[in-house]
Amino acid sequence: MRRMVPMWIAIIAGFAMLLSAFFPMTESLGETFGDVFNVVAAIAFILGAGSLAKVNLAKVSRRDPGWGFAVVTLICFTITIVVGLGKFGVPQNPQFAALPWSGEKEAEGGAFAWIYAYALVPITATMFALLAFYVASAAFRAFRAKNLEAILLLSTAFIILLGRTFAGVVLTGWLPDWASGLRLENLSVYIMQVFNTAGNRAIIIGIALGVSATSLRILLGIDRSWMGSGD
Amino acid sequence: MQIILSVAAARMCAATACAALCAPLCASPSASPPTPPLSVTAADVPWDAGGSIEISWVPAANLGSATTWLVERSEIGADGTSGPWVTVAEVAIATTTTTAAKLSHTAPYWFRVTAVGSDGSSSPTNSPAHTTAHRNFFIGEKLPLFSAILTVCACVIYFILAARKGRPMKVRRIAALEAIDNAVGRATEMGRPILFVAGIQDMDNIQTVAGITVLGHVSKTAAEYDATIEVPTSRSLVMEAARETVQASYLAAGRPEAYNADLIRYITDEQFGFVAYVSGRMVREKPATCFYMGCFYAESLILAETGNSIGAIQIAGTAESSQLPFFVAACDYTLIGEEFMAASAYLSGEPDQMGSLKGQDAGKAIASVLIIVGVVLATFAALSPGGFATAALGALRGILGS
Amino acid sequence: MKTLVAILEKLDRRWIFLAMALAVAGPILIIGITGKTLPETPTPAARAVYNAIESLPPGSPILLSFDFDPGSGGELLPMATSLVHQCAARGHRMIFIALWPLGPTLIDQTIKKVIQSDYPNLKEGVDYVNLGFQSGNEAVMKVILTDFRKAFPTTKSGSAVSTVAAMKGIERVSDFPLLITISAGYPGAKEWIQYVVSSSGGKVKMVTGCTGVQTPQLFPYYPAQLNGMLGAIKGAAEYEALVNESLAPKDHSAAPNPKYLEAQRRMGPQLGAHLLMVALIILGNIAFFAARKTKAGATS
Repeated sequence: MRRMVPMWIAIIAGFAMLLSAFFPMTESLGETFGDVFNVVAAIAFILGAGSLAKVNLAKVSRRDPGWGFAVVTLICFTITIVVGLGKFGVPQNPQFAALPWSGEKEAEGGAFAWIYAYALVPITATMFALLAFYVASAAFRAFRAKNLEAILLLSTAFIILLGRTFAGVVLTGWLPDWASGLRLENLSVYIMQVFNTAGNRAIIIGIALGVSATSLRILLGIDRSWMGSGD
Repeated sequence: MQIILSVAAARMCAATACAALCAPLCASPSASPPTPPLSVTAADVPWDAGGSIEISWVPAANLGSATTWLVERSEIGADGTSGPWVTVAEVAIATTTTTAAKLSHTAPYWFRVTAVGSDGSSSPTNSPAHTTAHRNFFIGEKLPLFSAILTVCACVIYFILAARKGRPMKVRRIAALEAIDNAVGRATEMGRPILFVAGIQDMDNIQTVAGITVLGHVSKTAAEYDATIEVPTSRSLVMEAARETVQASYLAAGRPEAYNADLIRYITDEQFGFVAYVSGRMVREKPATCFYMGCFYAESLILAETGNSIGAIQIAGTAESSQLPFFVAACDYTLIGEEFMAASAYLSGEPDQMGSLKGQDAGKAIASVLIIVGVVLATFAALSPGGFATAALGALRGILGS
Repeated sequence: MKTLVAILEKLDRRWIFLAMALAVAGPILIIGITGKTLPETPTPAARAVYNAIESLPPGSPILLSFDFDPGSGGELLPMATSLVHQCAARGHRMIFIALWPLGPTLIDQTIKKVIQSDYPNLKEGVDYVNLGFQSGNEAVMKVILTDFRKAFPTTKSGSAVSTVAAMKGIERVSDFPLLITISAGYPGAKEWIQYVVSSSGGKVKMVTGCTGVQTPQLFPYYPAQLNGMLGAIKGAAEYEALVNESLAPKDHSAAPNPKYLEAQRRMGPQLGAHLLMVALIILGNIAFFAARKTKAGATS
């Protein structure tokens, strides 16, 4: 029973969503299941927040290694929730001046906007910027001319890396117009549009078929391992 | 239903009225008033989701000063009287058709078309009968897609049934999946945890579901080997699904007491907040084995490089083609796209599931044949335009709806 | 040589990080001091984005979807700035939406930076409007195919969309002659193509600006389903140069405002980073071949 109920919910909802794409009469059914998912996800968020609080509080009370980070997490979590819900410092929405708390929580001048601009933006931008460092170390380690395929990969990397910057213009800009296709900036676009596109399409077709087969296995109840150890 | 309106009488009336009203202007041919259309056709768009009616009209030979057509509609209320006229579209004079959309699929509508020019408007040509934008049983323009889905499903089901009848299903060896047991065993030997990341998307993403299915197998092996498995998630719903899966795996392995729900925890929905936590955790805890199975974006390289730096065995799987190069560069094993989707079936070894993989291959064979035929026809069509190849290519495009 | 190979073989990756920091910081400082940027030659994909906006009659409604967050703002905000700059200069009606929760704030930031500071004659609600974020990913796209106002019933500030002049004549997404999505991942350009462009039977014209990681993934859709594409900061710089050139005074008496040069300024650090990576790959291979030679010698 514990496994049958979720399995049948998945089967019914899955087929309803699939059919709603083709049969107009079932459109509303598909939308309803979509709404149900959003509601369930919203409820699950409470469980997620609860888990976050529980795990970090336990870590602090046990004085686990790194418990200081848990304190920071809990403080930031609480501040953001309180500031967001309380709309501290948020100016009133002029269109609904009579209504309290009518301003948007992200409105300029509010505490939430301050957190967004001076904490969230710099932190996320820093994490994104880390990619440059990781790409460099991965390239140093991974691009080795071990065999013919690796040499082709390496050559492509050079063309794209140079062709996507002014270095490409400097190195091959002198080529005459009739050979302009060999200029690095044009060559890099050609590689991306032709070779990359061909390879990507093949991968996309394979993935699409894989997704179809996986979905069908789940919808037919053949693959139940998403509910835990189906084998 | 299609209604064709003959407006000879209306045309005569309009012409007479126009002549009387515009006598001074008609003296100059360049300033002749706009002439209304001769006939109007209103037809329900066939094989659609309802709500659309196509209106077409036949313009008079002499349009006068008309520069645009004003198309209007009026809804018939429950009491049978028509409502106010609402503009459907104002289109250029060269156009003779337009579609009224977002209509009710139960209410009947009237339509009228008026010629509009610098000298004012013509009299409208009304429709004498109403038209309803019926909701059809099937959306016709999606027939090629529907046929493709049915074909793939039929292939998959055929091979599942064949497998049930005992037909042997040989699937090539996938190194990444073969390595799972060793990777889990390594964590046990080293006394370090296993880290499993099921991507950063929610349960409505099929890759997350595929990741959770692999988690089911990995956690069962971990339970059997007595290894600790940690599953940080970036979505609350994924946390719940992962908890159910891991708990069931521990139960199946006969070690329900070893299951610890707190090791499967929600971190944050924020992409880089999540990756910051997981990377930090990896550096501090130094897991022996890391699995990345699901939908990943920019965080893929940060996770895989961090795992590489701590010397963990790393097995990744994703259908995000843009992230595959990063995983291939930094991980020991990578499941590429469809391999990832096939992982659960491969690991289970059940005939039903293996049969579905064969069905998937049959779908791939059909796609390959279509690509080859299309490429050959397109090549010949380019070499000799207008010939058989061009017609055949057109027919193929029509069938595939492209 | 042997020492160099030994160093390379055991190179701590933190040295690579330091080299990358220097390779990026150097050009930032040089461009910051001199104010000069590297020249750009627009590729057809970037030119197609420019032409798609340019070819529309003034006052055309354009849907701009900000599908990114501050994390990828460094890569995508410069192109967002230029796109809004061109739309505003050509007098198009801009309807902003976001399918990422942090998108609306980035929309406000761009509106303030471009429209409110340089085009004060454009009125909010008439010439542009921010409809804010809507959750639901692809579900939102499916809804706006048939009923735009069902997914976005109010503006970000809470006014009913039916009262907003900028939304006149907009019933569904195909009423926009052009859709622009600035995309960092999911949901983004790929989903817009799959659920809107394809489902509309090609009625919806779309251009996109995307992150570098997404660029190869989106090329299969260009130019059939995607009318134009700005791939990463390089595409942004090409497009920025085109927009600045077309909006500059004919005698080029005034240089563009630095805020309209952000993408081109970032091409300097990109050059430094790419050259460093080429050097690292070469050094890595030197170490690899030297190690292989040593191993072969030892075996023989």
